[in-house]
Order: sequence, then C-alpha cells, then structure tokens
Amino acid sequence: MRKTLGMAALAAVLAGGAQAQSTADEIAKYREMIADGNPAELFEMEGESLWKTPRGPKKATLEQCDLGQGPGVVDGAFARMPRYFADTGRVQDLESRLLTCMETLQGIPASAVVDGDWNKGERKTMDALAAYVVTHSRGQKIQLDLANPQTRRMYELGKRAFYYRSGPMDFSCSTCHGEDGKRIRLQDLPNLTHKEGAIAAWGSWPAYRVSNSQFWTMQHRLNDCFRQQRTAEPEFASEVTVALSVYMAATAQGGVLQTPGLKR
Amino acid sequence: MKAVSILRPALAALLAATAGLSAAAGEDYDAQTREMMQSSFKENGIASKYRQLQLDFQKACSALVPPSAAAMKQIEAEQMQTVRWPDDGKFFGDWKEGEKIAQSGRGLTWTDKAGESNGGGCYNCHQLAPQELSFGTIGPSLHRYGKLRGSDEGMVKYTWGKLWNAKAYNACSQMPRMGDAHILSEAQIKHVMAYLFDPASPVNQ
Ligand code: HEC
Ligand code: HEC
Repeated sequence: MRKTLGMAALAAVLAGGAQAQSTADEIAKYREMIADGNPAELFEMEGESLWKTPRGPKKATLEQCDLGQGPGVVDGAFARMPRYFADTGRVQDLESRLLTCMETLQGIPASAVVDGDWNKGERKTMDALAAYVVTHSRGQKIQLDLANPQTRRMYELGKRAFYYRSGPMDFSCSTCHGEDGKRIRLQDLPNLTHKEGAIAAWGSWPAYRVSNSQFWTMQHRLNDCFRQQRTAEPEFASEVTVALSVYMAATAQGGVLQTPGLKR
Repeated sequence: MKAVSILRPALAALLAATAGLSAAAGEDYDAQTREMMQSSFKENGIASKYRQLQLDFQKACSALVPPSAAAMKQIEAEQMQTVRWPDDGKFFGDWKEGEKIAQSGRGLTWTDKAGESNGGGCYNCHQLAPQELSFGTIGPSLHRYGKLRGSDEGMVKYTWGKLWNAKAYNACSQMPRMGDAHILSEAQIKHVMAYLFDPASPVNQ
C-alpha cells in the first residue's frame, strides 16, 4: 500500500511539466520512501518461478540453462555478460542468451520474443527472467572478459556504433550521452563514455521505471533510445544491441552492479 | 653493439608491421560497423532503413578522430549551399506559434505518423523563456536571444541559416538541420524566428 501511494505521488511529480529540480532528486526521495524494496522484486519472483516451470513444446524448465558459468549456474553470471559462447559462436547479452536457452531447452522459438510486443507474451516472460538472473549478480563487480578476441571485436563495433550519426536529426548515442552533466528537458543524461556514468547506467539495468510502472530490460532501454535518435528500429537482441552493451559494460568494468535498478 | 644494430632494423620492421596491422583492423571495424548498422535494423512505420545510411558529413563527424579544421571548413561551405532563404524576404512569423514549435519535441520517430507536423524540440536542448523551467542543456541558453544579440540583418540571417542548417556554421554541431532535413517547414521556422527575436516574446523578457 505504501509503495503504491509513493509511486503514484512520484509519477504525478514526474509527469508535471515545469519544475526546477532534475529528476535525480525525485528518484532519491522515492528511494527513501520505498526503502524496503524495489517493485522489480515482483518481477524477480515471477522470473524465478518461470525459470523453474516446465514450459514450451519440450515442457522443460530453464534450470539447465548455461549463462556462461556452467549449466544451471545463475549466481554471478550477469556480472560477466555479455560474453562469448562457444556453442552459438557468438557474443551474447543476457537477453539473447536467454533466447538461446528458451529455444534449445524448451523449444520456444526466438521469434516469439524477437517479433513480439513489449510487455506482452514471451517478451514479458523475458523481462521476468532477466529480473531473476540479474538479482543474482547484485553487489558483484562487472567483469567482462576483454581478453576474448570476439568480445574485444564487439567492443570495437559497439564504440563505433555509439558515435554513428545518421537519420533526419543527425543524432548518435553520443549526442545525448557523450558529455558530463547534460539534460534533455529535466531528464539527466549519463555520460556513457566515462566509467562513472557507465557504471550508473549499465550497472542498474534492467530496471523498474517509475514513470510508466514498467520493468524494462536493456534491450527495451536501447530500443527506446534508438527511437528518440530517429533511426530505423533495431531488432531485438540484434548485433548492434549486443555490441553497445559490450561497450557500456566494458566502460563500466569493475563497477558494482545494483541490479535490478529503479529509474525514472 | 652488434646485437643492437641487428635488432634495430628488425624492430623497426616489426613496429611498421604492427602499425599497419592495427590500422587495417581499424578500417575493418569501421566497415563492419557500417554493415552492422544496416543488418541490425528493420523499417518501422515512417522510420525507413535509409536512415541507417550516412551522409558524408554524418560519416566524417562519427569518426573516432574528429575531422581536421580544413575538413570542417569544407563541410561548412557545403552545408551553407543548402540554406534556403525565405521566398518572400520575410524572416518572421508569429512568436506564439513559435513557442508551440519550440515546446514540442514530437515527430519523426517510428511511433509518429507521416504527415503530422513536427516540433522543433528547442526546449529539449536550450533554455529559452525564463518561466519554462523544464529545459535541456545540450545547447547554450537562448534566454534574451533577440535582446542581447540585436536584430540587424547579419544577426537575422545568421539565425535563419543556423536554424535551416546548423552544420553550415559548425560542421559537427549536435543541433539538427531544421530546414535542410525537413524537420520544420519554412513557415514554422519563421514562427520560431519570431519567438527568438520579437521584443514581445517571452524569450526576451
Ligand atoms: C535524443 C537523446 C538520446 C539519444 C540519441 C540516446 N539516448 Fe539514451 N537516454 C536518453 C534519455 C532522455 C534517457 C533517460 C530516460 C529517462 O530518464 O527516462 C536515456 C537513458 C539511457 C540509458 C539509461 C541510463 C540510466 O542511467 O538509467 C542508457 C543505458 C542509454 N540511454 C543508452 C543509450 C545508447 C546506447 C544510445 C545510442 C543507441 C542512446 N542512449 C541514445 C536520451 C537519448
Ligand atoms: C539536440 C539538441 C538541439 C536542439 C533540438 C536544438 N538545438 Fe540549437 N543548438 C544546439 C547546440 C549544441 C548549439 C551550440 C553549438 C552550435 O552552435 O552548433 C546550438 C546552437 C543554437 C543557436 C546558436 C546560438 C548562438 O549563440 O549563436 C541557436 C540560435 C539555436 N541553437 C536555436 C535553436 C532553436 C530555435 C531550436 C528549435 C527549433 C534548436 N536550437 C534546437 C543544440 C540543439
């Protein structure tokens, strides 16, 4: 009850147009208000139960899913992602790896997520699963294997994608996230090219968003940033989304994960 | 002594080879990135895949090493050619309309529809009227723009050109090309001009 009230109050504050304060201060107040927890916990609990529920044509659970630390090991897995997986021959972020597990273990086709809609069906399942997995890396240090040549390559592509300007507004990620202390309207823009900003951002996604009461994965976050950038739409779990994730996570290397996060 | 002289040419050759290698790898990453910026995207509504291709200046301004001063001058000269001056010689519309355009950040995303008129998104990046506290800081404050800068012909033309194509004055500007990229119509740009210059506009209070 307390949570619901707090959320409504904050949503109202955030929706209101003209205020001098940036949203960071409001989020801080909200955090105090719900000191006992983040609404993302509900997604995390749902994710845990989905992880252990037999699903799909193969009626299997995800308990044998290999997130890089061996089949079934969830603890610390997200802190080392994105990473190279020999079985798929690709560098994968959490969401694309979950797609692999859903497909191979449960027989659920990746298209169920890739061609789906946000907050619905298998994409919603993905949100909950992601919430579950990242909770088991909270408090751990981001440690990408940058010695791996495939990961290294994705870092190089991700960095270039970050500065890639195109479209009717000539924007790139760096237009909005390339300098310290910038805002769009009242929304603070983290500088993702520096360690501090990258830790604040990468280290707290996926996240519960107070402004729309939704849980968003990094895939969803990036999709909406590309929308604001006025590009065409990136495919779910496409190479560019993984490359950008490697770039952000590598920039945040060594930072402590606060996942799942709580955001505007 | 002898060892050193043998080593030296060998080392020089090795260094040259690795320098060549890393340059080649860098070019390769650029090409792979361009390919990825196509293959990872799909068309959605008005957001076509053409948006993934880069204009020459967009490409130059995306490089990890910024363009040289000479290259910037060249881009600016080229972009200046795109500026269209008002057909009727009138630079100003209605500041009240201009305010709405400055306030609205809508348009051109894949959730927008074709044919709707776009906003200029000025408040996303600039402070303008002092009573509007919700403003971004990517660009400089434009509060009192007309009052401080005056409205002689040079200033008016510069501002019109800046709105039409910001890259004509600053090759890699973060500001969109409002006229050249068809974000705003000529009539809308006139309204925004009035919002910046009109003594009655809240911007100049
Ligand atoms: C037009 C401006 C704009 C562009 C371009 C843009 N973003 Fe964003 N981004 C935002 C805004 C605004 C927010 C904060 C949203 C909020 O407060 O709800 C944000 C938030 C984020 C966050 C979460 C930060 C945090 O601390 O919670 C990440 C990560 C991010 N963007 C990455 C990117 C990447 C990568 C790109 C390039 C593909 C990109 N953005 C392009 C405007 C932009
Ligand atoms: C994405 C951010 C962005 C948006 C949107 C934007 N601008 Fe800008 N603008 C900038 C930046 C950054 C500069 C400073 C660098 C430069 O001059 O290119 C600038 C510079 C200017 C200047 C020149 C200021 C001077 O001192 O000479 C004017 C005038 C201006 N903008 C007006 C506008 C108006 C009016 C709009 C809305 C139609 C607008 N801008 C939208 C980012 C933006």
